[in-house]
Amino acid sequence: MKTTEPLDYHGKSSPGWGARLALQIRFDRRFLPPVLITLILLLAHLSFGILESYEKTLLAVGASFAAEIVLSLSILGRWPHLSSAYISGISVGILLRSPFFWPYALCALIAITSKYALRIRDRHIWNPSNFGVSAMFFLAPFAAVPLSVQWGNEIWPMIVIWIVGSITIWRLKRFHICAVYVLGFFFFALIRSWITGDPFLVEVAPITGPMYQLFIFFMITDPKTTVRSKRAQMAVAFLVAFAEFFFRLAQTVSAPFYALFLVGPAAMLYEIYRSPPGSAGDATHPTSPN
Amino acid sequence: MRPQVPRVLPMLLLGAMLATPALIQRFSDSSRANRSLDTVTALSRYGFYFEEVSAEAGVAFTHLAPQLDPKLDHIMEEVASVGASVAVVDFDRDGWQDFYVTNSREGSANALFRNLGDGTFEDVAPRMGVADLNVRGTGVSMGSVWGDFDKDGYEDLFLYKWGSPELYHNDSGNGFTRVTDKAAFPRWINANTAVWFDYDRDGALDLFVGGYYPEHINLWKLETTRIMPESFEYARNGGRNYLFHNRGDGSFEEVAERMGLTSTRWTLAAAAADLRGTGYPDLVLANDYGVDEIYFNESGERFREAGGQTRIGFVPKSGMNVSYGDIMSEGRFAIYISNISEPGVLLQGNNLWMPVDAHDGQYDNMASILGVEIGGWSYGAQFGDLNNDGALDLYLVNGLFSGIPGSDYWYDHSKVAGGHRSIIEDARNWPPMEGRSHSGYQKTHVWINSGPYGFTDVAALVGAGDTYDGRAVALVDLWNRGVLDVVVANQRGPLLIYRNTVVPEHHWIGFALEGNQDNRSPIGAQVTLFWDGKRQLQEVSGGNGFASQNQRSLHFGLGSAERVEKAVIRWPSGVEQILSAPALGRVHRITEPE
Repeated sequence: MKTTEPLDYHGKSSPGWGARLALQIRFDRRFLPPVLITLILLLAHLSFGILESYEKTLLAVGASFAAEIVLSLSILGRWPHLSSAYISGISVGILLRSPFFWPYALCALIAITSKYALRIRDRHIWNPSNFGVSAMFFLAPFAAVPLSVQWGNEIWPMIVIWIVGSITIWRLKRFHICAVYVLGFFFFALIRSWITGDPFLVEVAPITGPMYQLFIFFMITDPKTTVRSKRAQMAVAFLVAFAEFFFRLAQTVSAPFYALFLVGPAAMLYEIYRSPPGSAGDATHPTSPN
Repeated sequence: MRPQVPRVLPMLLLGAMLATPALIQRFSDSSRANRSLDTVTALSRYGFYFEEVSAEAGVAFTHLAPQLDPKLDHIMEEVASVGASVAVVDFDRDGWQDFYVTNSREGSANALFRNLGDGTFEDVAPRMGVADLNVRGTGVSMGSVWGDFDKDGYEDLFLYKWGSPELYHNDSGNGFTRVTDKAAFPRWINANTAVWFDYDRDGALDLFVGGYYPEHINLWKLETTRIMPESFEYARNGGRNYLFHNRGDGSFEEVAERMGLTSTRWTLAAAAADLRGTGYPDLVLANDYGVDEIYFNESGERFREAGGQTRIGFVPKSGMNVSYGDIMSEGRFAIYISNISEPGVLLQGNNLWMPVDAHDGQYDNMASILGVEIGGWSYGAQFGDLNNDGALDLYLVNGLFSGIPGSDYWYDHSKVAGGHRSIIEDARNWPPMEGRSHSGYQKTHVWINSGPYGFTDVAALVGAGDTYDGRAVALVDLWNRGVLDVVVANQRGPLLIYRNTVVPEHHWIGFALEGNQDNRSPIGAQVTLFWDGKRQLQEVSGGNGFASQNQRSLHFGLGSAERVEKAVIRWPSGVEQILSAPALGRVHRITEPE
């Protein structure tokens, strides 16, 4: 029966515009992460006031949108899908803490511009948000620092975020990345505890914070900047945790971001240069994103 | 569609963006404030300079930090990080300002430095009976505030401690008598702030005391190590607050719950002032590990918390100071609350709450725009016209613990600070400090008010370049010269006295107020000075900043003005008094009219 078939929202026999838009939102899985991150943000802010201000977050999102639109139109000559820019902007608004306004705008601009500037075989190899916040933490420590505290004291918001995030990521078929990274983090936390003599709980403590929830669900799982095969994705996630282990031994507060900054692109480059042109690892392959 | 512009453009754009932070830092004001100027240049450029003269003044006092239960040894520097305080008073009414400073090691002595009027001071605390107040088993001193609670014309001493609070009656400047038992205070409060104010305007000074650690905890005999905040920014497991209503017979009634002061946040500082022109003093609390609180006084019958309404209590930070100042010379108080800023780790930024519509309780944080946001691990701050140019400047001290040079505890701190309640609240989980610095060796900031251009940091340029772990700041004209000198109490460090020299072309005027019968101090009295089309509001305070209290008399700088139009005094009783064209260059001693 035709009515039970998946609806083709590009089809000529589609219903009206409002319904088509609704269907597009319903079936475009690219909207899932933005919706999830917005829900998390709203819940956290309305419950605990986690944002420095609405203005700063909106500035980051606005700068992200502006950069995406201008660069896409001028370089690719087409109107961009803004879900990625939205995630980048809102991630900057959450992950970056600054008493000033300019770091939010600059970080969002750097994040989006990096997608267009740093491309290999027409693929960007850094997660935009990760590139942006890592650049800011490294280049502007006087003005920008990572989100590093809990949202409230209760365990329930944390459990809800983990469950909702896990379900969403599962639906996106990327849960294995999160799981391997978390297991890797615990494993290396155990080793760090053994090396430093600090309690295991202390070494594990950072992952209980919201910074890691966002890092795990939205940054290391980014489809456009992760390698293709499931096994490779799991290996990369483990390597991120491994690199973070060394940054943490060097007492680097922004350890996870720097680890992903190094490991993510290295894995992408490895995959790109190992894949023959036109294969699944190449941007010219029909399934490759822009 | 083909690309419209070459790919090199985004690469160039990205390069420019990545270079932007370096350019901003290079041209930021803070990077220029490290050079010191000779005094002549400092005077000509900024109108004032400081000389540290504690040795010359005969003041040799070094604060000793608490030594608590051995279970806290691994993070003792972090936990025992407060206790240095300074409170200014003319306790013997000889016309020279004296000051009382606290020590915080069991067995250590507090000091009352009496101003001898010849440029030197003498510690008279042992003779006066207010030195040996850190006796084992009674806790240790955290600070003090002076207020004439019995209206005999002499300022009495309230000492708050991590331990037993104490009240000492001033016996006409000849000594002090312990009257704590009659006052009926609780046996133990782990307090870090107290304020004298007459919240109900009944003429008798009442007392607010803010709790930090919960009152059931004896930090020398811990039954558990789960004594730390349950969150770095959302903690509610601190000490309770107290409001002691003065019955007028030497005893006090605790009315905090009845009056709506029920919070159990980790209060580090408090100050009271009439923020809305109601005639009743409102109360602002700076809370560590959480949001700050502002309590509007509802006609002396109840306090209404308005942190959300005013936005002052919305974003959680690490509040450590509350100061008021009419920095725009428009007859309204801005509120300065210090927090923590550490590059690369935590940038809370200090808050400068400017009233948008103070009567309706709307404030905007203008710290960033006005350039007073980034201090360090900031503690005490005070507003005062340091160069007598007619605009209030800001003195801020910073630094938690200066340990092994080059070492840093921040990374370890960040691990637990980001952890869940079950981790952060147990002191056993905190990694050992091992002598490492934690926001140590931080500079003082002396921000001069440049009017519409905001504030400019000139600390090192004008001679205030010390890097001790500053806690309390008090502004006082120590030698009756018409300038504000600065006394700084440092944790585990020496007490510093900065003698101020101001260009003589900048004029000044002062007001020493005395209530007639009720509230003789008279805390809560306001003076609005009108000159050259400007007006500036100041209020007599019963303690503000962090663990500090300025001189009782009010000091106004006037710049080059040759005359003042008028001074309007609003006494706590509500009586208004106008002084027409009061003479410049002197302190006017005004008694409340009958």
